[in-house]
Amino acid sequence: MAYLDHAATTPMLPEAIEAMTAQLAVTGNASSLHAAGRRARRTVEEARETLAGALGARPSEVVLTSGGTEADNLAVKGLYWSRLAADPRRTRVLASPVEHHAVLDAVDWLATHEGATVEYLPVDPYGRVHPEALREAIARDPGSVALATVMWANNEIGTIMPVRELADVAAEFDVPLHADAVQAFGQVPVDFAASGLAAMTVSGHKIGGPYGIGALLLGREHTPVPVLHGGGQERHVRSGTLDVPAVAAFAVAGRLAAEGREEFAAGVGALRDELVAAVRAAVPDVILGGDPVDRLPANAHFTFPGCEGDSLLLLLDAAGIECSTGSACTAGIAQPSHVLLATGADPDLARGTLRFSLGHTSTKEDVAAVAEAIGPAVERARSAGLS
Amino acid sequence: MTENAYPGDHGSPAPYPGRAMTQTPPQTPPQSTSARPLRVLAAMSGGVDSAVAAARAVEAGHDVTGVHLALSANPQSFRTGARGCCTIEDSRDARRAADVIGIPFYVWDLAERFREDVVDDFVAEYEAGRTPNPCLRCNEKIKFAALLDKALALGFDAVCTGHYATVVLNEDGSRELHRASDMAKDQSYVLGVLDERQLAHAMFPLGDTLTTKDEIRAEAERRGLAVAKKPDSHDICFIADGDTQGFLASRLGAAEGDIVDEAGTKVGTHQGAYGFTIGQRKGLRIGHPAADGKPRYVLDISPVNNTVTVGPAEALDVTALTAIRPRWCGAAPEGPGRYTAQLRAHGGETPVSAAMEDGELTVTFDEPVRGVAPGQAIVLYDGTRVVGSATIATTTRRAAPAATA
Repeated sequence: MAYLDHAATTPMLPEAIEAMTAQLAVTGNASSLHAAGRRARRTVEEARETLAGALGARPSEVVLTSGGTEADNLAVKGLYWSRLAADPRRTRVLASPVEHHAVLDAVDWLATHEGATVEYLPVDPYGRVHPEALREAIARDPGSVALATVMWANNEIGTIMPVRELADVAAEFDVPLHADAVQAFGQVPVDFAASGLAAMTVSGHKIGGPYGIGALLLGREHTPVPVLHGGGQERHVRSGTLDVPAVAAFAVAGRLAAEGREEFAAGVGALRDELVAAVRAAVPDVILGGDPVDRLPANAHFTFPGCEGDSLLLLLDAAGIECSTGSACTAGIAQPSHVLLATGADPDLARGTLRFSLGHTSTKEDVAAVAEAIGPAVERARSAGLS
Repeated sequence: MTENAYPGDHGSPAPYPGRAMTQTPPQTPPQSTSARPLRVLAAMSGGVDSAVAAARAVEAGHDVTGVHLALSANPQSFRTGARGCCTIEDSRDARRAADVIGIPFYVWDLAERFREDVVDDFVAEYEAGRTPNPCLRCNEKIKFAALLDKALALGFDAVCTGHYATVVLNEDGSRELHRASDMAKDQSYVLGVLDERQLAHAMFPLGDTLTTKDEIRAEAERRGLAVAKKPDSHDICFIADGDTQGFLASRLGAAEGDIVDEAGTKVGTHQGAYGFTIGQRKGLRIGHPAADGKPRYVLDISPVNNTVTVGPAEALDVTALTAIRPRWCGAAPEGPGRYTAQLRAHGGETPVSAAMEDGELTVTFDEPVRGVAPGQAIVLYDGTRVVGSATIATTTRRAAPAATA
C-alpha cells in the first residue's frame, strides 16, 4: 500500500504515541485543585508552553480545542460576534473562496443566520489572495469589517498565501485576520508572533499527533464570544475538560514538527518533485494545480483532463495507492472542487483532480507505485469519461 | 390502481426444461468460460438484497467493489417509510454493508442521467396519457447501461445486483434470462428489457435462492449486515412520499377536465388527466353512483382533450394489444408463437399468442385481461425463459375498440 493522503491524516509519531499512552494511565482533571488535578494541569501547561514555543506564540495565546474545525469555528464566529458587539456596523466578513469547509461553512452560516455580509476575496489562478485585494476590500468601508480570514496554505492545491503581508494590511485598518494554518504547520515556517495574525488554527492529527485535538492561537487582545459554554477553561473562550493525554501528545508532535521542519520539507519536497515528474512523464497533458514554486512541499495536485476524479480514485485504490480527489464531498458524491472553481478552472476540469500528499512515512517506493499505475489508470478513466 | 388477477397468478414455476447450466457466480462467469475471478461492480442500494448479493459474489471468489448510485440531486437525509434508496441514510447503510463485507465502496453520482432517462421520461409518459414503469426504464438505461458502461470502461467484468432472476449460459455461449428459482420472489419482469450483451455482464447472485425473504434476512444477520432488518422498498423511489398524483401535479400543473362515461355524458371533473391510470377505481370522486350502482373504473385517458372516460369493470377487458420498442433477450422470435405474458411487476402470467408485424409486437390474450394501460411493459416468457419485452402502445377491448396512446 502506498499511503499518499497525509493531508487527510498522517500516522502518529512514535514519540507522540508514547506520550499519549503514558498519560492515559494517569488520573486527573486539569481543573481540579487536588494533587491529581495539579499533576494533570502541570502536564497541560508544559504542553501549552511547548506548543507556544513551536509556534512562536506565548503560552497564554494557545487555546486548546477539539481540533481544526472547532478552532476555525471559534475564530470566525467568535470574533464576528465580539467585533459586532463592540460596534454594530461591523457586519462584513472577508474570506478567501478557497478556504477549507470548516471556515467556508462557518462564514456561510454567519451570513444565513447572523446577518453577516460575506465578501469573497479574489484569488489568482494559483488560488492566492493578494494583499492589494484585501486592502481594496477593507478600504471600501473599513468600519464595517468584522474580520478577515485567509488560510495559510491551501489544503487542496498547496498554494501558500502571503500571510505576513495580508496581516500587515489588516493591521493598518485594525481588522483582525485569522488564518487556518492546519496544512502549513510542519511544512513551512509558522511563527504566530511574526505573522501579525490575530488568530491561527492548528490541528494535531495532521502533524503526527492524535485526532481530536487542536488549538486556536489567539492574540491576547482578542476575546471571541465562546462557541462552547461551560466551565470556563481556556481563557473562558473554550470550555470543556481538557484531554490531557491528547494535549501531551499534541505538544510532542508539535515540537518535533517545528524542530524537524526544515529537514522534513527538504526531504519530502524532493520526493514530491519526483512524483510530479513521474506523473508528467506518464500523462503529458496533466495540469499541476497550485503555485508551481511557492507551495507546500508535501503537496502534489493534478488535474487530468477528461477524467472523473472518482474513477481515478477507484482505479488507484485497486492498485494499492491511497490518495484523494482533494475536494470535499456530499454524502460521498464527488463535487467539482470549489477551490479549482474559485481559481477560474473549467467545471469539467475541476472534476478530474487528484491530490497526493506525502508525509513522514513516504518513500521512493510510494512514488514508484504512482509512476507505474497513473498512466494506465488515466487511460481507463478517460475511456469511462465524465458521467 | 385496481389489482387484477390473471390465470395462474402466483402459480408455482414450471419445471426447468433441459438447460445447459445454471449461472451461479462461482461456476460460470458471465464473460468467459474460464474460472478466473471476475472484477465485479456490485450496485448496493443500502437494502438487504443487494448487500447479500455483494457478499455472495465475494464468497464466490470474485474481486468485488461496491457502488451506491446517487440518483437524486438533492437527497433527503433520512428514509421516510419504505420508499426509495436515494437518501443519505441509504448511502450510509450501503457503505456500512460494504465495510462489513470488506470491499471498497464508492458513491457514483448518476442523478443527471437518472433525471433525463427515468424521471423526465416518467413525467412525459404520464403527460401523454400512458402509464410507464420507471423501474424497467432504470434497469435498461441506468443500471445496465450508464452504470454498466462505466464499469466496463473502468475494467470491471460484470455488474452485480440483488435482483431475483437467473442468467443461464448455454453450451453455444449464448445467454438466457430466466425467472428466479422461487417464483414468488421473481423479478425477471423488471429485467425483461435487458438484451444479450447486457445479460453477458449481469450477475444476480440471489437468482437461485429458494429461501424466503426471512431467510435472506437471516443470512444478512449471519453475515453481520446491519441492513438485515431494514424494511423492503416499494413503489417509485423518486417519489419519496408515494404521492404520484401530487408529484405529477407539481411537474405538469393542474388543468381541470371532464370525467365522462362511455356514452360521453359528463359525470364529474378532474384536475389533470395525467393523474389517472387505466383500471384505476379510487380517487375518481364522482359525486353520484352509476345507474347500475356498480363501481366505475378509468377506461381511457385522453391527454389531447384532457378527458377521463370511466365505466364498468367489464369494459376494462382487453383481448389484444400492440406494443412498440421491443427488446429481446437473445434472438428475436420468428413468426407467431405461443407464450405467457406478464404485464406488471407483481402480476401473474397469462397465456398469449404473439407475433412481430412491421416492427410492432401484436399480442392476443387467450382470456381477456384487465388493467392494461399503454406505456406499461409486456414481458413474454417461454416457460421460465424471458423472451423479451415491449412497451404497450394500443389495446383492444372486448366490447369496442378503445384506448390508443
